[in-house]
Amino acid sequence: MKITQYLKNNIIYLDGGMGTLLQKQGLMPGEFPERWNITHRDVIVNIHRDYYNAGSNVVSTNTFGANILKFSADELEEIIKAAVENAKEARDNSSADHEKWVALDIGPTGRMLAPYGDFDFEQAVSVFAETVKIGVKYGVDLIIIETMNDSYETKAALLAAKENCDLPVFVSNAYGEDGKLMTGACPAAMVAMLEGMGADAVGINCSLGPKALYSVTREYLEYASVPVILKPNAGLPKVVDDVTCYDVTAEDFASDMRYLVEEGVRVVGGCCGTTPEYIASLAKKTADVVPAEITYKDITCVSSYTHAVAFKDKPLLIGERINPTGKKLFKEALKSRDINYILKEGINQQDKGVDILDVNVGLPEIDEAQMLKTAVCELQAVINLPLQIDTSNISAMETALRRYNGKAMINSVNGKEESMKAVFPLAKKYGGVVVALTLDENGIPEKAEDRVKIAEKILRSAENYGISKKDIVFDPLALTISADANAARETLKAVNIIKNKLGCHTSLGVSNVSFGLPKRDIINSTFFALAMNNGLSAAIMNPYSQEMMKTYAAFCAVMGMDENCAQYIEKSESFSETTQTSAVQEKESSHDYKSELQHAIIKGLKERAGLITEKLLETVAPLQVIREEIVPALDAVGIGFENKSVYLPQLLMSAEAAKASFEKIKEANLGGNASDKCSFIIATVKGDIHDIGKNIVKLLLENYGFSVLDLGRDVPPETIVRETVKIHAPLVGLSALMTTTVPAMAETIQLLRKEAPWCKIVVGGAVLTEEYAEAIGADKYASDAMETVRYAEEIFQQL
Amino acid sequence: MENTVFVKSYDKPEVDMDEILRYARIDNSSGQLDALIRECMQEALGKLVYKVCWREFSVRECDEFLDMGFLKTDSKALIRSLRNCSTVIVFAATVGIELDRLILKYSAISPTKALFMQAIGTERIESLCNIFCQDIMKEKCYIGKGVTHRFSPGYGDFPVEVQKDVFRVLEPSRKIGLTLNSSMLMSPTKSVTAILGITDEIQENTKNTACVECEKKDCKFRR
Repeated sequence: MKITQYLKNNIIYLDGGMGTLLQKQGLMPGEFPERWNITHRDVIVNIHRDYYNAGSNVVSTNTFGANILKFSADELEEIIKAAVENAKEARDNSSADHEKWVALDIGPTGRMLAPYGDFDFEQAVSVFAETVKIGVKYGVDLIIIETMNDSYETKAALLAAKENCDLPVFVSNAYGEDGKLMTGACPAAMVAMLEGMGADAVGINCSLGPKALYSVTREYLEYASVPVILKPNAGLPKVVDDVTCYDVTAEDFASDMRYLVEEGVRVVGGCCGTTPEYIASLAKKTADVVPAEITYKDITCVSSYTHAVAFKDKPLLIGERINPTGKKLFKEALKSRDINYILKEGINQQDKGVDILDVNVGLPEIDEAQMLKTAVCELQAVINLPLQIDTSNISAMETALRRYNGKAMINSVNGKEESMKAVFPLAKKYGGVVVALTLDENGIPEKAEDRVKIAEKILRSAENYGISKKDIVFDPLALTISADANAARETLKAVNIIKNKLGCHTSLGVSNVSFGLPKRDIINSTFFALAMNNGLSAAIMNPYSQEMMKTYAAFCAVMGMDENCAQYIEKSESFSETTQTSAVQEKESSHDYKSELQHAIIKGLKERAGLITEKLLETVAPLQVIREEIVPALDAVGIGFENKSVYLPQLLMSAEAAKASFEKIKEANLGGNASDKCSFIIATVKGDIHDIGKNIVKLLLENYGFSVLDLGRDVPPETIVRETVKIHAPLVGLSALMTTTVPAMAETIQLLRKEAPWCKIVVGGAVLTEEYAEAIGADKYASDAMETVRYAEEIFQQL
Repeated sequence: MENTVFVKSYDKPEVDMDEILRYARIDNSSGQLDALIRECMQEALGKLVYKVCWREFSVRECDEFLDMGFLKTDSKALIRSLRNCSTVIVFAATVGIELDRLILKYSAISPTKALFMQAIGTERIESLCNIFCQDIMKEKCYIGKGVTHRFSPGYGDFPVEVQKDVFRVLEPSRKIGLTLNSSMLMSPTKSVTAILGITDEIQENTKNTACVECEKKDCKFRR
């Protein structure tokens, strides 16, 4: 019988610990247990057989760490082959007469994925794929991915399994005492992502004893529509009379597990410290439990690497600001690959309180797939909100979904056959909640009822692709009332019908309603309130708009979605009274801002510097502001730093203040790159992931009017050379923090000398010294950021 | 005993403000940076974890080598440090990945804050190691033994490549979420691995020899 079939009506018993048993048999510290599949076959077969005899339906092969990072290709194949044979032999020799399967066991690689570590996501996928392929070749019945404590690595492993076999895949994660994975994910987030990708069972193993995992397990049972796995440790290790033992006995283990089996856990076993005795006790103790029914959970849910966001009664806010449409500065940032600009937009919107971030980086002149992938990776490194991948470019959509660490929102599909054919397979493979626009080959129907018909068609098609109704959110399209007086009314009606008759969630790009009208916020916020009242589940909106945020806070308070009006009260402090602001402004306009900007920069007052610059620009030319205010202030601080009266944090604060000032100038004086001296390329070399020093250098160089192309961290020599040649950069700055990456720096310099002989190279970083820099052929060693600036000025003079 | 890797989560160790200022290399006698530092601390402290995992090994000196079972080394500095020790504790400690996220976030929007986050992280992991070592010292004191000062891969002539062996026997990725990169650096970055010698007599003075053994004489942090 197929295990997934059996699982429908039965509880499945997995096996228990392996490592602890092998240690008892003489496995030495640091020795690879996987090699014992070959060197100690009997020991392994006996343990497996004991588990089958104790009641295990499934035994996992002794391949926890069997991957191509640890073993050569030949040895890996030999190990997995032997491991599968051992498990099969045990199965065949077992005297037990229950159903028995062999699972390929896959554990974590022990490497951290980028950007926190140096392990690339695709590399992780291929490492797992290698193990999967060999396991499948030797005939396992299913795959168990276990003890994963990072969501991103879990995704890589599941993707590898799904792409390389049709076997059932069980996935279980290791949670800490705080109920989260080591890298922060909560159970609901893991369920959303793994179920979305098609895991056949999801759950928890290792770390703690059964009791300590109660709340995590209950969260799984609340969210999961697939069977839930629980495979805890026998408690925690303790030493009694110099002998290590675990603090939960087999009897207690079984009793504690029984509660959760009664509550609905369907796949059970043990991890560290458990033995065949524990499994026998568990099987006996739960023998009379009627397996709980596995129920479909109608929860529409997206997730990030930390948490899940569920669509419930309270409408969700989707920040729309990461989108170049109509934003000159954004377009410029995309063209110059200024990722920090995008990050800043993301962080600011998060601070404003949005639930999900829309990410759209479509621009005709850039490689959208590459840019979207970069944006998604960079955003998810620092922002814990779920992302909405917003693109009409299918290859960009796939690239981004593949790299996304969670279950994304996908924006969008529509009723056209072609669109559904392209988008639904991606949603099925990578998981996601798809925003479906109610338009088709014939355009957008005028009447709400016709839009609903398209929605129904989309639902039918989604079902054919195996995508459930809860994973579709409809956007019945807000159209401008300046073109059609009834436009808003039809949209509102469609929201209402989709919500109440189809039972689906909705999302709207609210601000379209006011296109072509003055003071759009007034119209938008009223329409927003009406839409929410008609049951709108989410709005793609501008969180910087006070009118919208006021309306949202008020709506939630009025509709009883804000307990004790707490959020309203908290937010109300930030809602300014328009009349008051103008009075203040009037008072300030009589002020002398000139020397004050210098003062603000020297003191490092970022917001103040931006504000004063804005005021100054009303009367003073941008160049004059730079020359007479910003540059003298920076010089004063720079000199202070050089003669050690100013410390690094103060230098940085001033630089940030100056940057705020420059940004205002840039906004006011778009396209005027009068201050750009030359293009400077900077990068942290291959293998090195430290970039604080490099970032400081970048900030200061920009302050001094250089345009900087920042290639990031862990940059291969070829990339640095390619970019240098491409823009004919006169100066390249390389940073390395570690002795181990200095060779990569030397290699980069050699390659630059060959391919870009014109450029000067300045190096810096913790391990470098003057002599070292000279030895690897750099033109200049800079001990701090100011020294790099001075050198850049020197080079600029010579150009 | 040697077969077991122990794991412990600590409560927040007391914050040493002077150390944070030292790592950020600032003189804050004017108090000008107080608000900013406090803001950073407030954001960071709630997000940190304090996890340690460790394992005991017996050690013996043979010829020019030191044999700890899982590792044989000829590092003179370590041999000096572990004189009179018959067992060692190998440990790994981390304050978790959230701090790396904060550093990355502020690298993009405020290098000043990124610098403070770095300094806070360094102080936090050092404080965690200090508490852990004190705990072990107290425990060993009961049975009439003492501990040496912790000694990390990369100190003096003890090669950083030893990290591979340490990670093999501790499996800290599984125990505390600590991983090793191909360049022998760790993620989360604010983490420490080290060896603690157990001496047969209670030691009165366990001076930190890390700086003494270090060859980078011009280091701004040298004590």
